[in-house]
Amino acid sequence: MANHSLAFEKPIVELENKLQELRAFSEAQNIDVSAELVELEKKISETKRNIFQNLTPWDEVQLARHPQRPYTLDYVEAMCTDFIELHGDRHYADDQAMVGGFARLDNEPVMILGTQKGRDVKSNVARNFGMAYPEGYRKALRLMKLAAKHACPILTLIDTAGAFPGIGGEERHVAEAIAVNLRELFLLPVPIIVTIIGEGGSGGALGIGVGDRILILEHSYYSVISPEGCAAILWKDRAFASQAATALKLTSKDLFKAGLVDEIVPEPLGGAHTDPKAMAATLKQRLLTNLRELKAVPADVLLRQRYDKFRAMGVFETEAVGG
Amino acid sequence: MRLFDRKKYTSIKVRKKDLPSGLWVKCPDCNEIVYKHEIDEGKGVCPKCAFHFQISSQERLALLINADTFQEWDADLASADPLQFTGQVSYAAKLVENRKKSALKDAVLCGQGQMGPFTVALGIMNFNFLGGSMGSVVGEKITRLFERALADRLPVIIVCATGGARMYEGLFSLMQMAKTSAAVARHGQAGLPFISVLTHPSTAGVMASFATLGDIIMAEPKALIGFAGPRVIKETTREDIPKGFQRSEFVLKHGLIDMIVQRKDMTSTLICLLGYMTPSAEANAQRPTPNAERPM
Ligand SMILES: [Zn+2]
Repeated sequence: MANHSLAFEKPIVELENKLQELRAFSEAQNIDVSAELVELEKKISETKRNIFQNLTPWDEVQLARHPQRPYTLDYVEAMCTDFIELHGDRHYADDQAMVGGFARLDNEPVMILGTQKGRDVKSNVARNFGMAYPEGYRKALRLMKLAAKHACPILTLIDTAGAFPGIGGEERHVAEAIAVNLRELFLLPVPIIVTIIGEGGSGGALGIGVGDRILILEHSYYSVISPEGCAAILWKDRAFASQAATALKLTSKDLFKAGLVDEIVPEPLGGAHTDPKAMAATLKQRLLTNLRELKAVPADVLLRQRYDKFRAMGVFETEAVGG
Repeated sequence: MRLFDRKKYTSIKVRKKDLPSGLWVKCPDCNEIVYKHEIDEGKGVCPKCAFHFQISSQERLALLINADTFQEWDADLASADPLQFTGQVSYAAKLVENRKKSALKDAVLCGQGQMGPFTVALGIMNFNFLGGSMGSVVGEKITRLFERALADRLPVIIVCATGGARMYEGLFSLMQMAKTSAAVARHGQAGLPFISVLTHPSTAGVMASFATLGDIIMAEPKALIGFAGPRVIKETTREDIPKGFQRSEFVLKHGLIDMIVQRKDMTSTLICLLGYMTPSAEANAQRPTPNAERPM
């Protein structure tokens, strides 16, 4: 796989290349450069820290979309054992942009599901770039109801630009599929933990985004509209996407501050893609901790708290009538 | 085959600049120039093609609810600016502009009234206020509508007219989809009916929440109904958009809605349906007036 790097990652990549060259040189020439290596490594982590302390919201969006970022099935593989993938919505198709099945997380049975992007042209065609059709949302609901039937907690992983906007999706009513999921997720009497692992794109994300805990990986975003879409409408030009990204307050920190997510899961310095194993280990621990807490809550309390959690979201004023 | 002939209209080509402003309007559906008075007389329906124009919330209320029986709920809720959103125009400025333009505080009017023999909880969305978009106020008012209807055991009717979520409120607006759907779930679990009426246009975020969760979904003729806009679909897929795509007739054919109802038949159809879905009209009429103290 080609090594992609984002514009703001370039200084890091250059230093890392230099480090490798120096190592190769020292091996080939049998010259001790350990002092220089230490110096260079220090410089790399300093540069990383500098860059990652000053990321703009638009940089965060780029990281969330990084082509090497771990995807849903990467996390399933790294965190779970005994994963049995389940297919199809029993009505129309098996949407490969939405994957899921039973798995064990530290031996705990869970239903784990999420949107799935592809890594290359071929898999992206199959996965529709992680943008699900109505059948994807209906498949997700089928699996979640199955989980509830067997008292199995649900973990959803979200990484999608949104539900796919296409003629077929409209003919099969993607809006209705998402709406039904929202309604039904409030009625499933098992713990649901939602994690935004990359892109949290609007209704397509929310369609599997109702739960008792909402986690977000540090360099993910979650937004009502894509920055490009927002820029096209409000600035009449998609080129203003970075301004729109700032205005939308879509970063993990902004969302945490607004009380719209419960937890930010820290990423390795440099982003999840620089150390997917460490990322998966961190996420696994966070999921297990939350799972343990939620499993101790009686089902009726769980459902009431889930309702209250979303019930409290919104900011408005009360004004004197006629004023 | 048609059994009876339709009334024929002669259409006259008129140039736009020849039109005295305010007296004539161009129908967006058939492109005919229509005398505005004629549209108003016909409850906002194009006399040439039966396209249903948007009407004001007050006009809608007058069509649906018995005179002098409407009590507005939550009239005091007004939008805040949680993101301090600034683009080319700030949200604060947009709110001021839209309040002035529409004489409304936000994009939905909620309350309780008599529809024929039934007491109903009614929400009327207005496209004139920021495209009928759902921000925190719309989400809160719709949620309270369902919660009060649940407490007072009332059916809910919502007339939708919306372009989706209100992006100026960022993720707060997206979460209104979840919040309102949760309220629909509780109301429905108590066995109470919810009828969703889709008018032109009803799209995006609101459609992906309460608007498509009606026990009955009806639409006015020729309304644009869907999730993604036709322009976005065309840009994304490069597919040709079929004729009549995302119109009421299209979504009826594809199984989303129960029926298409002309505006003039709307109230009688709703009353007829409520007759099947609520306790008897007498029982409903004898029901004590809801207590002033209601849970929030
Ligand atoms: Zn017309």
